[in-house]
Amino acid sequence: MSSTIDRTVIARKLIIAAIGLVLLVSSGVSFYRSRHLKEPVVLGPGVTGVSRLGDYFADIKGSVNDSNIYFLDSKQPGATILVLGGSHPEEPAGRIVPWMLVENAVMTKGRLIVALSTNRSATTSTRPSGAYPPDFSIPTAWGEQTFRMGDRWSNPLDQWPDPEVYIHYPSGQYLAYVDIRNVNRTWPGRPNGTLTEKTAYAFMRLIEQEHVDIVVDLHEAELQYPVISTIVTHQRGRDLAAMVSMTLTDLDGFKIGCEFSPKNLHGLSHREIGDFSPAISLLFETPEPFLDATRGKTTTEQLLTGKDEFVVKAGQHGLLYEKIDEKGWPIAVRVGRHTSSVAQVMQTWTEDHPDEPIEALNIPRYREVIQHGVGYYLRDPSKGPAARVVYE
Amino acid sequence: MTIVTILYLGLAAYAAFFMIYNFVKSKKWEEEALYVIVLIPFLLRIFGLK
Repeated sequence: MSSTIDRTVIARKLIIAAIGLVLLVSSGVSFYRSRHLKEPVVLGPGVTGVSRLGDYFADIKGSVNDSNIYFLDSKQPGATILVLGGSHPEEPAGRIVPWMLVENAVMTKGRLIVALSTNRSATTSTRPSGAYPPDFSIPTAWGEQTFRMGDRWSNPLDQWPDPEVYIHYPSGQYLAYVDIRNVNRTWPGRPNGTLTEKTAYAFMRLIEQEHVDIVVDLHEAELQYPVISTIVTHQRGRDLAAMVSMTLTDLDGFKIGCEFSPKNLHGLSHREIGDFSPAISLLFETPEPFLDATRGKTTTEQLLTGKDEFVVKAGQHGLLYEKIDEKGWPIAVRVGRHTSSVAQVMQTWTEDHPDEPIEALNIPRYREVIQHGVGYYLRDPSKGPAARVVYE
Repeated sequence: MTIVTILYLGLAAYAAFFMIYNFVKSKKWEEEALYVIVLIPFLLRIFGLK
């Protein structure tokens, strides 16, 4: 009798353990695939070189954040602009636009430097308890291109533990503990700091060594966040940002504001890059309902269409800082705003600095991106020469 | 890998060991299921997956 009970108990434990093992393996495989998903980049005709972030700061070399840095050099005199994508990878328009630049843009004057994964570690995990999809795909004429979903913060597997309070260096300002893994709270970085601080420090060395004149940091924001549909500029970039804002609103047909970076809010690119380098720093925000706390189901469809009835409802109650209706905020609209913004920054800068121009071909404007869709501007990696395909 | 990270992984392994121990010793299926579910994130962290 006793041995029968023992066998029953053992069988029960084995079944429960097997179910646990299935859950462990299935979730583990999903997490592993997401972390190691290879994202192809087809180097467009304008790309003249690819270096690594670690080339500017040895401590980053070989780390998860030793990301690719793309150079599009016209070989003609002019200024240098750096476009940062993927500071917050969960804001996909901010990552896709630099992709389109690398795969399409050709500089005719000056130089463009692009980072697709400013915080690459943050591309390798999703928000705990956020129910985020592990990746998302953009349809193209040749199939789909899949991107890691990513998060706002560096992967805890790469940087842990978080402190009780994050004390920003060098200001000493107290910030939320988790933001010690947020690259847009760690500028200008610290050479002996955390991975995220070292990453910002490496970018500062890049800005310094490559004599960057303008830094554009591309983001998206939830509609419940007041800093949305705007350019945030360091005070040295106010004339440029104001003119870009007015021109985009007038000519491209979408409203984008302009506001100054608060002098006492530290760690952000629009504040610290301007304070700690000669470069003008601008940060662009476009609406992303996927990030809103009041959103409904967190799906890839919601991410790409920007449609969400719950966020619409929040808007009807006056809880949002940006409009939304049943049309949502499709990814083409958000990407188009950013491509137009980057192109307009170059154009306005050149008008103000004719002796230091930055001119480019093949950067689509807002209406073109909406007309053709985002996938139209992504290249088929199977068609590109192997030597011209790299991975993020 | 920092010393703190190594200590943390050791702590996670320590907790995982006792969850497995309790799972083996438990007489109630509800507790066994609970131990297995709680164990999963500890193992994912120890294996460097999440």
